[in-house]
Amino acid sequence: MKHLMKTWLAVAIATLAAHAQADVTIGVSIPLTGPTSALGIPSKNGISLWPSSIGGEKLNVIVLDDATDPTVGVKNTRRFVTEDKVDIIVGSSATPIAIAMSDVAAEAQTVQLTLSPIVLPEGKGAWSFRLPQSTAVMAIPIVEHWKKTGVKTFGFVGYSDAYGEAWLKDITAQATAAGIKSVAVERFARADTSITGQALKLVGANPDAILVAASGSGAAMPHKGLVERGYPKGRIYQTHGAATLDLIRVGGKDVEGSFVSSGPALVAPKLPDSNPSKAIGVRFIEQYEKAFGPKSANQFGAHAYDAAIVLEKIIPMALKKARPGTKEFRAALKDALETAGRIPVSQGVLNYTAADHFGFTPDTGVLLKVTNGDWEVVAR
Amino acid sequence: MDLSIAGILLLDGTTSGAVYALLALALVLVFAVTRVIFIPQGEFVAYGALTLAMLQMGKLPGTVWLLALMALAAAALDAVHALREGHRPARLLRNLAATLAWPAAVTLLACWAAPRQLPLPLQSLLTLAIVTPLGPLVYRLAYQPLADASVLVLLIVSVGVHFALTGLGLLFFGAEGFRNPSFWDERFSLGPLVLSGQTLIIFMVSAALIVGLWLFFGRTLRGKALRATAVNRLGARLMGISTDGAGRWSMGLAAFIGALSGLLIGPTTTMFYDTGFLIGLKGFVAAIFGGLASYPGAAAGALFVGWLESFGSFWASAYKEVIVFTMILPVLLWRSFLHGESDDE
Repeated sequence: MKHLMKTWLAVAIATLAAHAQADVTIGVSIPLTGPTSALGIPSKNGISLWPSSIGGEKLNVIVLDDATDPTVGVKNTRRFVTEDKVDIIVGSSATPIAIAMSDVAAEAQTVQLTLSPIVLPEGKGAWSFRLPQSTAVMAIPIVEHWKKTGVKTFGFVGYSDAYGEAWLKDITAQATAAGIKSVAVERFARADTSITGQALKLVGANPDAILVAASGSGAAMPHKGLVERGYPKGRIYQTHGAATLDLIRVGGKDVEGSFVSSGPALVAPKLPDSNPSKAIGVRFIEQYEKAFGPKSANQFGAHAYDAAIVLEKIIPMALKKARPGTKEFRAALKDALETAGRIPVSQGVLNYTAADHFGFTPDTGVLLKVTNGDWEVVAR
Repeated sequence: MDLSIAGILLLDGTTSGAVYALLALALVLVFAVTRVIFIPQGEFVAYGALTLAMLQMGKLPGTVWLLALMALAAAALDAVHALREGHRPARLLRNLAATLAWPAAVTLLACWAAPRQLPLPLQSLLTLAIVTPLGPLVYRLAYQPLADASVLVLLIVSVGVHFALTGLGLLFFGAEGFRNPSFWDERFSLGPLVLSGQTLIIFMVSAALIVGLWLFFGRTLRGKALRATAVNRLGARLMGISTDGAGRWSMGLAAFIGALSGLLIGPTTTMFYDTGFLIGLKGFVAAIFGGLASYPGAAAGALFVGWLESFGSFWASAYKEVIVFTMILPVLLWRSFLHGESDDE
């Protein structure tokens, strides 16, 4: 009898607790330590700017460190779905971890908002939605500018890794469709000490434009190498991975006049008022720099910030169908994402459908030009 | 490919090769004296270049604190050792002063000089003064307690030291890269070849250092003591040469050469906290050419690696690293045919 009492008491307490915790629970797993912490820490900063409640429901955000280790990322995700009973999973900022997490998310039928543009094989990732832009979307403004300026041939020099390969694939496909021919493809590694061989070959092929696919300050070395071999600066293009002030800091006068494809968030104040991301981007930069210091805004913080904007759209939609913490609510969130239509965020305009979990519309990318050590918006 | 392109590539390869040669010499030196395969050699290259970059920005580089902390740790180890052995206090104090004096002076100097934006040559000297003493301290803390262990154990320690130094590099300098200003901006045209002042400096400093090392080992007592330790540790000890001292000297030289290489290539490429590792590895490939024992062999190997890399990046840039590192295999094969099993020398 005493035993039964105890059981009942436990059940009662559990029910009360569950009732008190009818908030929307979000599990975030991002790399706060390890090699990709440079991506994870700004993401965490972006998350700290999230609102405390959405649609009248309190947000219960659990942030765990995955230490740039896919195993830890998967462990965190399992904890989220079994112990914390989260409604949404966010993360990771690092591609290999986000890919590993997507399987757990699909198994637990929980929406995953990734902070990296992961590419999954056909039939996988039914519950995964990307917040950063795909390379295909970011290649559009470059190819359009080529078409407009009459570029007929292009050369490519990129990282000998997944980032370089993704860019090579997408830019070649889009340029070929536009009748622009690839004449030279070269690779390099971030830690290389010289780019002379590649630069000689590229300049020798004399393409109308050269695309450098690299990230941050690593993108400056091939750029300077090409300029040193006499290639005109105004015909060199850089990808969104290089759209940081580090490129200008290291590249100096050699990157002056060159073009960079970028998401809209960081140049929001310079965008025309008609751009749907302008107001949100300006707000993001203001809030972020108020909290973390001047010139601190970056694209990783922006992607995390955008997650909250997406949530503000889909949580009220899902709340109409089910209560948080239930399987039905999680399914309703997925439906909401796939049917919400256009969601303007700081980094562009999202439009997820059942078939497209990358979401960003083709008019997302912005083409920038380096002018006087700062960005100038050229297109859109 | 025509002659002018071949000339440019040859020059580019020789420039990289000159730096690899310096690192290969340092690796051979450390291995001969201490039997340590010094994987962290490349970290000193990055530390050298990035410490200068920090000074250029008017910031106090984190390597200064690393130096101070390592010196304190070494002093503490020395003190414990002295107390256990029952040394006289005067001797203990003298030893502590010897360990701490230079790091303390450099730390104070760096704190004073960092915000003052001194001219580039002075900042370079300060960088060398900060990074060079890290070598002996690494030896004191990581290798000296295990000095008699097998080559394999020492290699594993090296891997550990490499990871520790790379991680600290990320902490000190951040994930983004830096490019230092050129020491000499002049450009000389020789037909199709354009020789930059920085390239000339790289050649001249490398040559000077190689001659300097040759004189050091041939003419000075300290250099001869190092050579004696390299030939026979036990015999050297019987002759009153401190093998610990030799170990510290060799790693001090290695750190100096590493930091100097970092200063040399800092203006020609973008340096990241982890760039040094790959540069060091190429120096290692070059050192393998000389069987980790021969200095001219290592220098020749370094030039070959430089050329291979430069022509490889022209013909097949996607496979450049594969080409360079695959070259170890035939060389190892050839060396094992040449020397059979006992390849100690």
